[in-house]
Amino acid sequence: MIVAERKPIEEILDMVKDFKKILVVGCKGCVTVCNAGGTKEVGILASILRLARDKENNPLEVDELTLERQCDPEYIEQLDGKAGDYDGILSMACSIGPQYISSRFPKSLVYPTLNTNFLGGSLEHGVWAEFCQACGNCKIHLFGGLCPIARCSKSLLNGPCGGSSDGKCEISKDVDCVWHLIVEKLMEQGRMDMLTGVKPIKDWSTSRDGGPRKIIREDLKL
Amino acid sequence: MKSGSNLEKVLTAGQFAVTGECGPPRSAHADEVRHKAQHLKGMVDSVNVTDNQTSVVRMSSLAGSLILRQEGLEPNMQMVCRDRNRIAMQSDVMGAYALGVRNLLCLSGDHQKFGDHPEAKNVFDLDSIQLIQTVRQLRDERKLLSGQEMPEGHEPRMFIGAAVNPFADPFAFRVHRLAKKIAAGVDFVQTQCIYNMPKFREYMKQAVDMGLHEKCFILAGITPMKSLGMARYMSKFVPGMDVPDDIINRVKAADKKDQAKVGIEMAVEQIQEMKEIPGVAGVHIMAIEWEERVPEIVKAAGLLPRPQV
Repeated sequence: MIVAERKPIEEILDMVKDFKKILVVGCKGCVTVCNAGGTKEVGILASILRLARDKENNPLEVDELTLERQCDPEYIEQLDGKAGDYDGILSMACSIGPQYISSRFPKSLVYPTLNTNFLGGSLEHGVWAEFCQACGNCKIHLFGGLCPIARCSKSLLNGPCGGSSDGKCEISKDVDCVWHLIVEKLMEQGRMDMLTGVKPIKDWSTSRDGGPRKIIREDLKL
Repeated sequence: MKSGSNLEKVLTAGQFAVTGECGPPRSAHADEVRHKAQHLKGMVDSVNVTDNQTSVVRMSSLAGSLILRQEGLEPNMQMVCRDRNRIAMQSDVMGAYALGVRNLLCLSGDHQKFGDHPEAKNVFDLDSIQLIQTVRQLRDERKLLSGQEMPEGHEPRMFIGAAVNPFADPFAFRVHRLAKKIAAGVDFVQTQCIYNMPKFREYMKQAVDMGLHEKCFILAGITPMKSLGMARYMSKFVPGMDVPDDIINRVKAADKKDQAKVGIEMAVEQIQEMKEIPGVAGVHIMAIEWEERVPEIVKAAGLLPRPQV
């Protein structure tokens, strides 16, 4: 899923400082799963904003709404007829949400309240980590099922580098060296040959380096 | 001869090679490179010129290499994958060769998190092993990565180097990584600073058992300790560095004013030991911001005069 987290409240308060009435829009997709922008988080953010502004004797009217998703036009349409009622619309989706809303309602001022961080999964309750960099050409089966592009700090295809120490990456003791994990796993599996061959230079044109990407499925087009 | 560099000639002649290191300044002051060069002249066979080491911005390794050449020293130009993509790297290899550089050390590079621009975007289009492969292809196949051919005699003919760290983890894989660099086309490797001699001997034994010392020249990395502070810093904060307690204790046992002298003595002893270890083809002396002490180390280790080949 896309993993995101809420921006610092000061940054959000600054976005709405000149407004009297706003809409906070959540998303029931990835950001609900990672506890960043679902119905619950929309409620919490709305309350914090109201309280903060009440304290300043400058009340802010905050409406709340959580859409099924913010990355499909059909759900954004639910804001038709409402968007114009607000000084600003605050999206609690990943950065795709505010872009969709901005695009559908060109006159509205739309703000992101989350920082979209990475493609990842949860490690334990309250902890998420990056697992994928969306390079567009998955080869994890060549690396013991682990992705060195997303999980090695240098995206090395022929690791580990000289900075690997006690299973940790040179950048931080809190970061596992994925190459340590890859080597251990392939050695345990007796697949040393997968480690000794030189992995060829990667074609990054399927990644973001090739420009903004698009998928067209003719079989699904109406 | 692949490149005809002095370093290649010395190693190929079976002489025990000595390389040094020169970090360019954090400015455009060419005299600083010249000053460092004077200490190394006649003392070493080739001098590594670092490429923004520890991700701290410095004068470029290409510029530093050219200044060394003007001073009559042979550069070993370092190139990291952190700051350039395949387009810039191939271009710089050809440019460096055109300007007289004959040795190229291919490195992944320290992560920018350690440096003075931690907010920078990194590249890592290739990794160090793929860079080795690329430089070999340019030289031996006369072809760019695109397949574009160069006319005979127009290709960059570099003596290709790499770094190896026998002390990083997982230890069991380290010698296989050296084998990988050899498969990619490396001609010589220089190791990370060695302090744990038993572990290095074990590594060399593995390398020799696999016959790797016959496929590439292995130069052992030596960094003299300047002080107890440096010994402790290396032990605690430098990733992949293995400094055993007995090394730290030996520096500690000396009076503060004598610690540098002890550090030099230890380096000299280490070099003597290296000469006897099967498979070690030379030493790489990294006297960090201490180039002026290299002559006495080389002299005391009995490595002078340097061979004229």
